[in-house]
Amino acid sequence: MGSSDVISLQVPASPEELKKLRIGDAVNLSGTIYTARDAAHKRMDETLERGEELPFDIRGQIVYYMGPSPARPGRPIGSAGPTTATRMDRYTPRLLDLGMAGMIGKGKRSKAVADAVVRNGGVYFAAVGGAGALLSKAIVSSEVVAYDDLGTEAIRKLEVKDFPVIVVMDAEGGDLYAEVGNNPLTNK
Amino acid sequence: MREIEVSTVTATIKDMCIEANHFLTPDMKARLESAAGTETSPVGKKVLSQLQDNLKIAGEEMIPICQDTGMAVIFLEVGQDVHFIGGDLEEAIQEGIRRGYVDGYLRKSVVKDPLIRENTGDNTPGVIHYKIVPGDKVKITVAPKGFGSENMSRVWMLKPADGIEGAKKAIVDTVLEAGPNACPPVVVGVGIGGTFEKAAEMAKEALTRPVDTPSTVPYVADLEKELLGTINKRGIGPGGLGGAVTALAVNINTYATHIAGLPVAVNMCCHVNRHSVRVL
Ligand code: SF4
Repeated sequence: MGSSDVISLQVPASPEELKKLRIGDAVNLSGTIYTARDAAHKRMDETLERGEELPFDIRGQIVYYMGPSPARPGRPIGSAGPTTATRMDRYTPRLLDLGMAGMIGKGKRSKAVADAVVRNGGVYFAAVGGAGALLSKAIVSSEVVAYDDLGTEAIRKLEVKDFPVIVVMDAEGGDLYAEVGNNPLTNK
Repeated sequence: MREIEVSTVTATIKDMCIEANHFLTPDMKARLESAAGTETSPVGKKVLSQLQDNLKIAGEEMIPICQDTGMAVIFLEVGQDVHFIGGDLEEAIQEGIRRGYVDGYLRKSVVKDPLIRENTGDNTPGVIHYKIVPGDKVKITVAPKGFGSENMSRVWMLKPADGIEGAKKAIVDTVLEAGPNACPPVVVGVGIGGTFEKAAEMAKEALTRPVDTPSTVPYVADLEKELLGTINKRGIGPGGLGGAVTALAVNINTYATHIAGLPVAVNMCCHVNRHSVRVL
């Protein structure tokens, strides 16, 4: 498991940097990430089925499973914490194989996703679920880049600064949630 | 007979939707604060301290505690001596939700049809539970429910022979299966008895009981305490990243049931266990 120091990582990051991450590592992300949740994933999948191009170049990018609350005037975004990644499992291996570098969400992933993370040298980060107000403070700007009609589920390009995440799945096949699940507190 | 204008209901519900999404109840706040003191794992401590910061920012800057501002669940206890005037009560409630979510910068997370899935754009309709009670007051509880935890909820139709051990296992298994998905530390709402739907409704209502108020039935209060202890030994911890604080409370409501059945409903709720209560 990783060290207790926080790693600062500029994103998009190189494959070499991502491959160095290990489960349990606390990482602060700065740079550009994209958002997509259920409806956007469904649409992207349908787009690929038709043999068409995705609405943004996903290669090397980190996708954040998040649908924000509306921004109050003068703010870049509203509350902005992670949604459950499990629901995206059906679409994720294909996106990783297309070059998506990693994901930010919360919650368990399927075996197929874990395999695709290893196969592609990807990473799955968790952000703290239910900390949307706090996490919104690490988002500097937000711009809808596709599927505007989906409202909160549109694809957004975010600029983030020191966005706090923890590595839950790494390129070596590590799975922090599985380790936690297999290690009940034995004392008391 | 006491007359209440439905416009009062609309205005009250609007305020309550906004309040519930930015401020936790004092019992929830206190329990989260004390949890930070009992947590032993470094990552668990870190998550709990982030949750403290999150609550502070939410209240001070009016940013919802969580971006999933939920589907609005409303419990309405109506005194039988109340007469609503000035319009349709149900529409007045939905209008309160609409104004709360639109004017309050809350997320619109409701689709009109479960299979066609078009967003209604104003977070209506909410889910309303009515109860007629003696008196001339109206007690309103607004409980916005996020679906990360809702999706991990279960109804178990156990058999009488499964008994109390079966019920315990159903509850603990549901919490373990939910794991990180329900945004721990969780509050576990449980309904035991009744029928299929009664158990589920009790489980939801149990989530609105203050987390520092045990069941009034002594053996049920003991069961709540025991289950909280069992769950917190499983090490899921805050954020599911490992630690001693997996659940903040287990609230169990019970009701009579049929000789052939033992329904157990477990409604999972995250640490953003929101509700606002007012009496008109
Ligand atoms: S489960 Fe609760 S804390 Fe987690 S994302 Fe949903 S509403 Fe927010």
